[in-house]
Amino acid sequence: MTETTTPQTLYDKLWQSHRIREDADGTALIYIDRQLLHEVTSPQAFEGLRLAGRKPWRVDANVATCDHNVPTTSLEGGVSSIVDPVSRIQVQTLDRNAAEFGILEFPMGDPRQGIVHVVGPEEGITLPGMTLVCGDSHTATHGALGALAHGVGTSEVEHVLATQCLIQKKMKNMLVKVDGQLAPGVTPKDVILAVIGQIGTAGGNGYAIEFGGQVFRDMTVEGRMTVCNMAIEAGARVGLVAVDDKTIEYVKGRPYAPKGELWEQAVESWQSLVSDEGAVFDKVVEIDGSAIEPQVSWGTSPEMVGPINGCVPDPDKQADSVKAESIRHALQYMGLTPGTPFVDIGVDYIFIGSCTNSRIEDLRAAAEVVKGRKVADSVELAMVVPGSGLVKQQAEAEGLDRIFLDAGFEWRNPGCSMCLAMNADKLPAGKHCASTSNRNFEGRQGAGGRTHLVSPEMAAAAAVAGRFVDVRTMMQEASA
Amino acid sequence: MSLQKFTKFDALVAPMDRANVDTDAIIPKQFLKSIKRTGFGPNLFDEWRYEDVGQPGVDNSQRPLKKDFVLNQPRYQGARLLLARENFGCGSSREHAPWALKDYGFDVIVAPSFADIFFNNSFKNGILPIVLPAETVEQLFQAVYAQEGYSLTVDLENQQLVQPDGTTIAFDVDSFRKHCLLNGLDDIALTLQQSDEIKAFEADYRQRAPWLFADNASV
Repeated sequence: MTETTTPQTLYDKLWQSHRIREDADGTALIYIDRQLLHEVTSPQAFEGLRLAGRKPWRVDANVATCDHNVPTTSLEGGVSSIVDPVSRIQVQTLDRNAAEFGILEFPMGDPRQGIVHVVGPEEGITLPGMTLVCGDSHTATHGALGALAHGVGTSEVEHVLATQCLIQKKMKNMLVKVDGQLAPGVTPKDVILAVIGQIGTAGGNGYAIEFGGQVFRDMTVEGRMTVCNMAIEAGARVGLVAVDDKTIEYVKGRPYAPKGELWEQAVESWQSLVSDEGAVFDKVVEIDGSAIEPQVSWGTSPEMVGPINGCVPDPDKQADSVKAESIRHALQYMGLTPGTPFVDIGVDYIFIGSCTNSRIEDLRAAAEVVKGRKVADSVELAMVVPGSGLVKQQAEAEGLDRIFLDAGFEWRNPGCSMCLAMNADKLPAGKHCASTSNRNFEGRQGAGGRTHLVSPEMAAAAAVAGRFVDVRTMMQEASA
Repeated sequence: MSLQKFTKFDALVAPMDRANVDTDAIIPKQFLKSIKRTGFGPNLFDEWRYEDVGQPGVDNSQRPLKKDFVLNQPRYQGARLLLARENFGCGSSREHAPWALKDYGFDVIVAPSFADIFFNNSFKNGILPIVLPAETVEQLFQAVYAQEGYSLTVDLENQQLVQPDGTTIAFDVDSFRKHCLLNGLDDIALTLQQSDEIKAFEADYRQRAPWLFADNASV
């Protein structure tokens, strides 16, 4: 008997394989394979469990690390090195909760500690085909491995701890297809910023976005993580890339990845984690990858972004009154005038780090630009914050730390750092920062701070020039 | 956590006339260090609301206010319904955002669209987010600006907002979420009622994907 089955998207498959039940109105109970926990969004969830006298459903499904509050200067002394007492209590609370409930934790001082979205894939804790959640919107990152991963609030962290499930409705499917070949100097960060610039910061609301096309097939797994990480900045909780040989190669041999016969069995199962030929997407966005240029954001929303050779826009030329008002607000906050070329914007701070761009490939790419050059005198602080202790070790083994230090960068310890400035790393009011992070919201990097989102290469180039510059011109100088 | 039942009530409306209000603006990062669910209200919209930079543990009643900020205007004191623009609550998943809104006194938020995670988090905390067409939201903004004390009656049972002149605006709400709000139900207790089904799924799933379970794999 032949059976005709409807072609499914990758998201459809992941949804179906984890669906315990679905009611007539579409409300479904979904099984969660893995939960990552950090210190900021978990304390109230553990407290809720305790108050209700509940135990975690499956302790082994949870892994914890601290990242938002950890200092990036000295880690000597572990938790006690956190000067801010409120931050310290939050990290200690995570340590205590992990110990009380028996949850695997990479605490401060453990070389595996780092940004939760760097640590998960690095340790093989994130695997293709799983459902993975974390009380953190950048959980979309893990979709780069073909996992259904998204951020949740603290109530849902508690819900997953207690029940191993989430109550959800299915999202819609969107395909962002970028074909062609990226030009030299154009990076995964530029691709995702260009996508957000096109579809807008609410463009993906209600959707799971699959990133497909030649550009993502050619991209490394770490590059795919940068892209999926910022799906949320386009409004989509979920970003996905189909599993291919690169994915499997990436996972192979990682500490918590399956071994032996289980590995063979897993790989066989993972082969099907692609959208079927003819699968229907509710929305398709096509972008010519070869036309994408290095990007820089100029406003206070990630959609306020443009190619480096562009100019600050004029709100008076915007027909939509709500949008025009947003641009006016943004320019006032950023201290920018319409018509100013991006390359004329000076930078005071450089931040290379965050769950978007703090992996070894990011650091190598930035170091390549910095090598043999110096940070401009006008730059007040340039810092590199590796995503995890292991990324830091690897970079040091390759001598990248020397390149950054020789150029005048500070070489820091792992954590979220100035991406959101919950630790001591804050962007002062009025200062412009070339940042490889993910959000340019008002006050995000520090009250009154002015964030410009760029790739690691563009941040490195800005550090050297003291203003934004097309990194491609610097690459030409180097090869000339 | 069980919640208060969501009853019918009159709500003074306050306008938040900006698109893409993000959760960093709703509750800035320094207040996320708390390990409690309560007490965030005084720091709601902190950077827009106060002249100085707020810190945890500071007496907020002594801080200088930005007089022009909408929630500092006398006419909007006691507002329970926040009228907002497109993509309200975007960005960070921090549930501290709905905690702060609820603690301040907002029970309802009306906007043309919401960010997904914020929308979901709101229901978990007894806040009703209502999506209305952009034109309707625009009309409500005009009405709020035109009339001091402008209030709407929020009637979740009948899924409608009643305007001062008695006309109604219908809204959609997910039936499950409506049920939970009306009855103040705890999601976790509801899910645990389905424990047998979860266990049955898990047993089957263990066969399909044994590498995801600790007694088989290395985690």
